[in-house]
Amino acid sequence: MSGAKLDWTALGVFVFFFALVTVLGFVAARWRRGDLSQLHEWGLGGRRFGAFVTWFLLGGDLYTAYTLIAVPALVYAVGAYGFFAMPYTVFVYPIVFLTMPRLWNVCRKHGWITSADFVEGRYGSRGLALAVAITGVLATMPYIALQLVGLEVVFEAMGFGALGIGKETPLLIAFVILALYTYSSGLRAPALIAFIKDAMLYITVIAAVVIIPIKLGGYGAVFAAAEKAFAAKGGDTGVILKPDQYWPFATLALGSAFALFLYPHATTATLSANGPDTIRRNAVWLPAYSILLGLIALLGYMALAAHIDVKNGSMAVPALINASFPPWFAGFCFAAIALGALVPAAIMSIGAANLFTRNIWRAYVNDRLTDAQESRIAKNVSLLVKFGALLAVLYLPTKFAIDLQLLGGIWMLQIFPAVICGLFTRWLRAPALLLGWIAGMALGSALAYHQGLKPVYAVGFGGQHYGIYIGLLALVANFIVAIVATPVAAMLRREPLPDRTQIHDYEDAVPD
Amino acid sequence: MRRSRRWLPLILLIPFVALLWPPFYNRIDPTIAGLPFFYAWQFAWIAITAVLTWIVFRGRRA
Repeated sequence: MSGAKLDWTALGVFVFFFALVTVLGFVAARWRRGDLSQLHEWGLGGRRFGAFVTWFLLGGDLYTAYTLIAVPALVYAVGAYGFFAMPYTVFVYPIVFLTMPRLWNVCRKHGWITSADFVEGRYGSRGLALAVAITGVLATMPYIALQLVGLEVVFEAMGFGALGIGKETPLLIAFVILALYTYSSGLRAPALIAFIKDAMLYITVIAAVVIIPIKLGGYGAVFAAAEKAFAAKGGDTGVILKPDQYWPFATLALGSAFALFLYPHATTATLSANGPDTIRRNAVWLPAYSILLGLIALLGYMALAAHIDVKNGSMAVPALINASFPPWFAGFCFAAIALGALVPAAIMSIGAANLFTRNIWRAYVNDRLTDAQESRIAKNVSLLVKFGALLAVLYLPTKFAIDLQLLGGIWMLQIFPAVICGLFTRWLRAPALLLGWIAGMALGSALAYHQGLKPVYAVGFGGQHYGIYIGLLALVANFIVAIVATPVAAMLRREPLPDRTQIHDYEDAVPD
Repeated sequence: MRRSRRWLPLILLIPFVALLWPPFYNRIDPTIAGLPFFYAWQFAWIAITAVLTWIVFRGRRA
């Protein structure tokens, strides 16, 4: 199946950048040196990243290799519907601006490093914190696996099959490199690598969206060709939305935007900033990456216009790169995408490790950890998480990781009431939030399963059917249960569990 | 001064109004630099939202 032939120039360029980044990953341990036997140093980079570093870190973290391949793949397959990623990334930053500085402030004040830490301190409920931690770890595992899937796609497009070393070997090498520098340098490694990777990505995308349309006769011609391809294909495809796609498009965008910063990798990168204004500045400047994502999505249309014919949509952009660029630049582009897998995979494994160590191991197994022990456990868990993802990619069908990632998004949304509402009010009671979480998780999983693991469920109302993102439906159920159960919980137990935070913990500290 | 600006974060709702109802912008014409309106509108709102966020950010410090 791997139609691509191995090109030694492309391979040489690719290996060069990979090696460069590997060295950087290890050097990172000495960058802004801190005591890496402290979890907040290893797992949050000492909360010292300024606006500029945070911009690269979050950009490299949120716009993952899988995103870079899956979004144009969806556009290649169905057209306009795949662009829900655009309103999604528009909605997300106002939400970040209004919520994340509060989370940063309160976590800094109390030395918390995860959202579950915050939930435990705010509601005094270890059970609710455990629910938040489990949700984060569960949703992150398949996401890491998908980054490795992204790597696989790149390797396939480069024709690594022709090397005769088997499909697993390059993945294994990349994995070992990633695991080792994450272990030794913690969050500093992806932060430093993100500089190189993002610079390469901007070059790749700008070259692609300028050069390829010129070859194809301009954007007008690209869209005309795409429209023709969709007309031949039929079904719910096209360069603008079909009416029955309006609701799925809007609700997917909104639900995904609510979910994004609940993911542990997003929380981890946010909390590693050096202050609330750093986060606000990033909410202003991160949309530059959204423009990039929109341009990447357009590559799906260019692949159609260039008559790229692939069975697996994931191969559309890699095949387009091979067809449009000389080998040395193709190698550069592939290195950019592959490094785009390593940065988020590192941060995700750190985020999951922070959660596991703090909110599962320390809370339930051994509450008398020294700081050094805590940091060591987190390092080992980050290895374990990545190893699990590697096994999943090697031995389970890819569809398994994709389906779990879809469920992960639905699950992630269910901690919204506890975490985001908790930043503003404590009116909802912990037991009620826990019941709501259970309801949301159950309903979301059941609906997704019932739909054959598709994200949208058709809700009938007044004789019409509206396709709604299942994550949002489950969140509504979650809220209803939490709101109804709160007065009941208050009747059963008049005094709520103790809240360790105070109103001014959420506000920016006044400089003294 | 500070008190009178408390409404300012509400301008962050505008992008939601502009993008949550697709029939509003789900059209090919007018095309802008070859981009159908559907895409041009969405790209524009990435930039406009960034500006609105910046305005709210500046407003906090006034």
